[in-house]
Amino acid sequence: MTDKFISIEAIARRYPGADGKETTVFENLWLSMNRGEFGCVIGHSGCGKTTVLNILAGLDQPSEGAVIVDGQAIEGTSLDRAVIFQSHALLPWRTVLGNVAYAVTSKWRNWDRAKVKAHAQTFIDLVGLTGSEHKRPSELSGGMKQRVGIARALSITPKIMLMDEPFSALDALTRGTLQDEVRRICLETGQTAFMITHDVDEAIYLADKIFLMTNGPGAVLAEIVENPLPKDRGRIDLHRHPLYYALRNHIVDFLVSRSKTFTATVTDHDPRNVPIVRPGKPELVVAAEAGNSIQASWPGLARPSTSS
Amino acid sequence: MNFSLRFRAAVVSIVLFAAFLGIWHLATRGTGAVANMTPEYAKLMGLTATAGKSAMPGPLDVGAKLWEHLKQPFYDNGPNDKGLGIQLGYSIARVGLGYFLAVIVAIPLGFLIGMSPLISKALDPFIQVLKPISPLAWMPLALYTIKDSSISAIFVIFICSVWPMLLNTAFGVAAVRKEWINVARTLEVGTIRRAFTVILPAAAPTILTGMRISIGIAWLVIVAAEMLVGGTGIGYFVWNEWNNLSITNVIIAILMIGIVGMLLDQILARFTRMVTFPE
Ligand SMILES: Nc1ncnc2c1ncn2[C@@H]1O[C@H](COP(=O)(O)OP(=O)(O)OP(=O)(O)O)[C@@H](O)[C@H]1O
Ligand SMILES: [Mg+2]
Repeated sequence: MTDKFISIEAIARRYPGADGKETTVFENLWLSMNRGEFGCVIGHSGCGKTTVLNILAGLDQPSEGAVIVDGQAIEGTSLDRAVIFQSHALLPWRTVLGNVAYAVTSKWRNWDRAKVKAHAQTFIDLVGLTGSEHKRPSELSGGMKQRVGIARALSITPKIMLMDEPFSALDALTRGTLQDEVRRICLETGQTAFMITHDVDEAIYLADKIFLMTNGPGAVLAEIVENPLPKDRGRIDLHRHPLYYALRNHIVDFLVSRSKTFTATVTDHDPRNVPIVRPGKPELVVAAEAGNSIQASWPGLARPSTSS
Repeated sequence: MNFSLRFRAAVVSIVLFAAFLGIWHLATRGTGAVANMTPEYAKLMGLTATAGKSAMPGPLDVGAKLWEHLKQPFYDNGPNDKGLGIQLGYSIARVGLGYFLAVIVAIPLGFLIGMSPLISKALDPFIQVLKPISPLAWMPLALYTIKDSSISAIFVIFICSVWPMLLNTAFGVAAVRKEWINVARTLEVGTIRRAFTVILPAAAPTILTGMRISIGIAWLVIVAAEMLVGGTGIGYFVWNEWNNLSITNVIIAILMIGIVGMLLDQILARFTRMVTFPE
């Protein structure tokens, strides 16, 4: 088995409910990703996607379990894990350059101004905002704001990029160009990325692995869909690829029907060895994660011990 | 007929002011000699009675007196006869000092309350009880403990301007958008740097609004406080002129209090605009 760069191990997140009982958003959730992979999470609203991402970012703590990144359990937030927020979260009293420079000075505290500025400028150019450095966020369009958010996240050269529906508030055209840019940057830099989306096509275009989550409360990671499309896929002719519809239908089917019924119908689901699916092969191949196939048929045994 | 709104508003203002002056003038003008009065009584009552002149000075009297004051605002002829400029200067200095002390106390404390739910909850009962106390109610206690009337007035200004600033700072700090805090957290920005680079700029408009309310209250209170402690200041001037039965001077003082109050407010309004950011 390849080394897992990100390994989410048996995490649970509970909130105190209104009637004194606890509500469990999810529990015993396992998820892993390799270095340089692009993972997308898809699931219905309220199933806990943001919660997973916030835990991965260190902004939220799991009630149980641990997250291991690059061989170390994470402890709070880190400059290694950059977050691109859905609402862009730019500081409105700073200019574009100021926002990116704030991140740069946070990472390299003893850099002088000129160096910080030059470094920030590189990333502003990278996202195509050359010429708008001295504008304030209120003077930018939604797409431009999100670009600044991307530049800010990239400028600290993180090991992982975490994105919570980064493009959901944008129009289709802007979304398309930003998807292209994110994909180009991630491929060029070998960035590991974890993204939440509601857009199936976005997931198909960007992701190497698509994580399907069932509806909450008590959401589970139902299956991992491996993207069978070639690495050099283009956004424009995505839908012409012979495997595209098989893949798309599989995901949409899940969202429309299986996400609701999954926990009731699949009784032998092993959260530790989530089935990996590769749609579009001669027939649907459902295979347990290599090396764990025996355990997979014994769900009772596969329950991991939880550490807190 | 396409004058700007501003121009038309100015015209209406001037017309209203002229009408006000006119009515004032008509209402206070003399009504001619009054008959049926013993000469002794007439002598006693002066012009008020003999020429039917109102006790209220008219706009022309006030204007003439005002011009006199403006010609030499800083004369000093002993404790009971100082120029208007000197009296206003004393008041502004007291307000400035008390207000400055309040800023020093309220803003750091407000930060603490806004950032720490524990401190917020712990201090809440004290603030709730202390806030509604009229600042003048502190005066006897201040005079007794401080034993200096001028410092007591400064203390009263301090105590009345501290609350709006404290509450607004605490509220502004607590209400900083979660996502901005999260940005700082993901960038591993330390607490002190976060307070200065994220929380302070984000809360600044709210803090400045509190400071603006405070300066207004401080200027309201200084007049009353100086009437109580006496000696110097525009409040004392008003009281002193009332005792001299110089209504003209009282009216001029009232006008000055209004103008200085407006200027103080405008200064704070300008600062507020400077730190306000568009979203
Ligand atoms: N502070 C909180 N207190 C109680 N429950 C919470 C809290 N925050 C989130 N939840 C619950 O946790 C669940 C998961 O929330 P989360 O934001 O992770 O959903 P999501 O999958 O990101 O949804 P969406 O797609 O709408 O963004 C929701 O059912 C929500 O009600
Ligand atoms: Mg969400």
